[in-house]
Amino acid sequence: MTKFLQTLMDGVAVGSLYALIALGYTMVYGILQFINFAHSDVFVLGAWVSYTIAVTLGYAAANAEPSVFAGLLILFAAMATCGAVGFTIERLAYRPLRNAPRLNVLITAIGVSLLLQNVGQLPWFFGTQPQRMPSLIEDKVLGVVSGVSIHAVDVIGAGTAIVLMLILEWLIFRTRLGRAMRAVSHDTAVASLMGINVDAVISFTFVLGSALAAAAGFLYAMKYPGLNQPAHATWVLLGLKAFVAAVIGGIGNVRGAMLGGFLIGAIELFGAAYLSPHLRDIYVFSILIVVLLVRPSGILGSTVAEKV
Amino acid sequence: MVARSLWGTIAPLVVGFALAAGLQLAAGSVIAPFYAKLLMDIGINIVLAVSLNLVNGFTGQFSIGHAGFMAVGGYAAGTVTYYGSFLLWGSTHVTEGWLTKGDLLFVGGCLFGALLAALAGFIVGLPSLRLRGDYLAIVTLGFGEILRVLLQRTGDVLQTADQVEKASTATLATSLGGSLGFSGLPYYTDLFWVYVFVTITLVVALRLKFSSLGRAFLSIRENEIAAEAVGVDTTRLKVRAFVLAAAFAGIAGGLFAHEIGTSLNPRELGFQKSFDVVIMVVLGGMGSVSGAVLAAIVLTILPEALRGFSEFRMPIYALALILMMILRPQGLLGLREIWEMKWRKR
Amino acid sequence: MAEAVSSLLSVDKVSISFGGLKAVSDFNLEIPDQGLYGLIGPNGAGKTTVFNMLTGVYKPDTGTIRLSGRDLASMKPHKIAACGMSRTFQNIRLFPDLSVLDNVRIACHLRTRSGFVATMLRLKRHRDEERAIEEKARKLLELFDLASRADEESRSLPYGDQRRLEIARALATDAKLVLLDEPAAGMNPKETHALSALIRRLRDEFRVTILLIEHDMGLVMEICDRVTVLDYGVTIASGVPAEIQCDPRVIEAYLGEPTEAV
Repeated sequence: MTKFLQTLMDGVAVGSLYALIALGYTMVYGILQFINFAHSDVFVLGAWVSYTIAVTLGYAAANAEPSVFAGLLILFAAMATCGAVGFTIERLAYRPLRNAPRLNVLITAIGVSLLLQNVGQLPWFFGTQPQRMPSLIEDKVLGVVSGVSIHAVDVIGAGTAIVLMLILEWLIFRTRLGRAMRAVSHDTAVASLMGINVDAVISFTFVLGSALAAAAGFLYAMKYPGLNQPAHATWVLLGLKAFVAAVIGGIGNVRGAMLGGFLIGAIELFGAAYLSPHLRDIYVFSILIVVLLVRPSGILGSTVAEKV
Repeated sequence: MVARSLWGTIAPLVVGFALAAGLQLAAGSVIAPFYAKLLMDIGINIVLAVSLNLVNGFTGQFSIGHAGFMAVGGYAAGTVTYYGSFLLWGSTHVTEGWLTKGDLLFVGGCLFGALLAALAGFIVGLPSLRLRGDYLAIVTLGFGEILRVLLQRTGDVLQTADQVEKASTATLATSLGGSLGFSGLPYYTDLFWVYVFVTITLVVALRLKFSSLGRAFLSIRENEIAAEAVGVDTTRLKVRAFVLAAAFAGIAGGLFAHEIGTSLNPRELGFQKSFDVVIMVVLGGMGSVSGAVLAAIVLTILPEALRGFSEFRMPIYALALILMMILRPQGLLGLREIWEMKWRKR
Repeated sequence: MAEAVSSLLSVDKVSISFGGLKAVSDFNLEIPDQGLYGLIGPNGAGKTTVFNMLTGVYKPDTGTIRLSGRDLASMKPHKIAACGMSRTFQNIRLFPDLSVLDNVRIACHLRTRSGFVATMLRLKRHRDEERAIEEKARKLLELFDLASRADEESRSLPYGDQRRLEIARALATDAKLVLLDEPAAGMNPKETHALSALIRRLRDEFRVTILLIEHDMGLVMEICDRVTVLDYGVTIASGVPAEIQCDPRVIEAYLGEPTEAV
């Protein structure tokens, strides 16, 4: 029972991160119909930016006091920075290719991804040495349930992620801006005829997705403080799994991305706990293959269709 | 008449093989070892780029897992030559000379590698190519990663003939060195073999491109819906191209594995390598065989020439890729072959 | 007692819905061999959707579609093309980077029998087929007055030529039934007149059956044997052009409520 609950908790914690990243993928796919490969690199950027700010503010020092307030500050700073990065990428690399064949945009996305990864490695950015993220949350155990210790980090992490998702849900389904986003996602041409500023909506979508990815990066760094270099394989895998989450939930479908994220987190953690911990990556990709074979539009259905 | 058509079929192969032999002879005397290795690297990259071009260029699909098939082929070939040598001759020593028994084992291993890679290509390609092209990218990337994880979990390489003889086939198949890689592979790769396979790859690619089947491939890239409407079975052809490309990647893997100065390990043949090949295809011009060749040559030599700036290599490539897509998306040659380019402005 | 003429195309009670919207309901059509039929209706009436169902792009929710008696249910588009139905598209879908000649040659591929091995080994069978394809393609280009542009990139062709190329390509599949989706779109009267002659030639010389979607009423009334009218997915009239022109429901669908006679 203990193992089950522990695994469940871990699954939720990791799953919430996947969900945050998956949202960015799914929103961009919904409006522009392409996989933004560079998205997971924004997630990595978020982690490293958080680290950099934390160090700059002095939290890496030995006598630094963990502070929730500082944590929030750094979270917002990271989200803002990455939001700006996302905006810039869209403006400079993707907008010129708005009417180009999809293949070209995919290639560009790979280029942007590589650029972010490798520039991040350069000495005057983050370098190639692994670093340790300063802890901003006291490592308290909040309680013990059935033998499972509930750490503050996990609660705050998953909690923050869920709060962000709820905000997004409200934004997309209960505001005019959200309606505009959904309209553009459905049919860009018609949306513009209805008077929606499509360029602005697209920019906003990128900013939003990038901010969420940055949040995921920050939360990830909180839970797993050992940051390796930006081009490391771990990051690539994380990004891939988040995309799998988006596909499983139904690409283009925001709620699907959230569901998919938690599902992938659960599958990965339960597989690691009950089957073999070494093959955790394989469980996720096997599910992808199964979904593609059986129900390619995902669990909650995809929102993208092609006109003949 | 029959003789003439037979000659027509094999002539390019004969010429290519003769050139390969010539290169090999020159390597013994005229070409320094450093340049010989460079030429081998170029040849292997040509096989990789031209084969990926079949998928990304001809059929317009987006595969970024080519290195995965290279790994399948490389490890399979390595298993055959390494353990096969022990079982057949008690050691992995490479005997001097042309077309020795060892060479035959090596070629057999490479072909076996190609077969396994083709099978992997079929398993990966069939489900994903039924759907929209973007999914193939994710699936191929994921495939590469899964392969890497699996290879890293394999057992240590057996070191003595005795151990090999006593081991079961299953043990042999899973003793591939894990994270450290498959070390100790005999160095069978030389200029002759590399350029024999380069010849075969080029002949296949060019004959395909200028045939009805090849045009059918191209129609998929141009307009998939119209292609279906004129009777082209797009899914079947996409899978065909994918499997063929995987087979050649397998050959490249076999050549790579047995090359002096390279190490066959899971990290070496990961997504970074896949991207390297994608960049070659994109820069050379998707759909152009000679473009892929040119790009392979340039992008093999460039990192050597820019040794001092190695940390800037990837950012520069990445930037080049982005700029290329914005300014000249067709790459250097686009769909045309170098002999089809209109050099004068009309 | 009249004998039922066996139709080339037989469409029976075909319907399809997208989401909650019924795009086409209970569509019926019988086209005899070498007929020239028209499908008209206001924009959004469901005409292209009908084409998409006939060619296998969409699967109808109900009904059957038969070509020469053969049920086309759940056949993929390329198989339907092999059975003898081909089409052109409302928004021209050529192979833009490829030459005019290649555009047509690709449409000949489905009738070839030599596979990958034969191609690689350059077997006689393969080389003969390649020669035959080239001959056939060039002849078609001649007949469509495109031979002089055979080696040009198809994207560089003027609009009218592109439309003709699409039709030539549709014929290259050796189709018995050709679906033309708004072939006269964007054409001036002179071009439309030439098109009308071309379509008639298709029927008479190539012995091909034609179903055409068009907005140009002059063209439709001039060349079609029979016309079916769709409005909001429902067939509101079907008959010879003269009848259709006077049908009040058709007039209402296109122009709105009839005004009081003065």
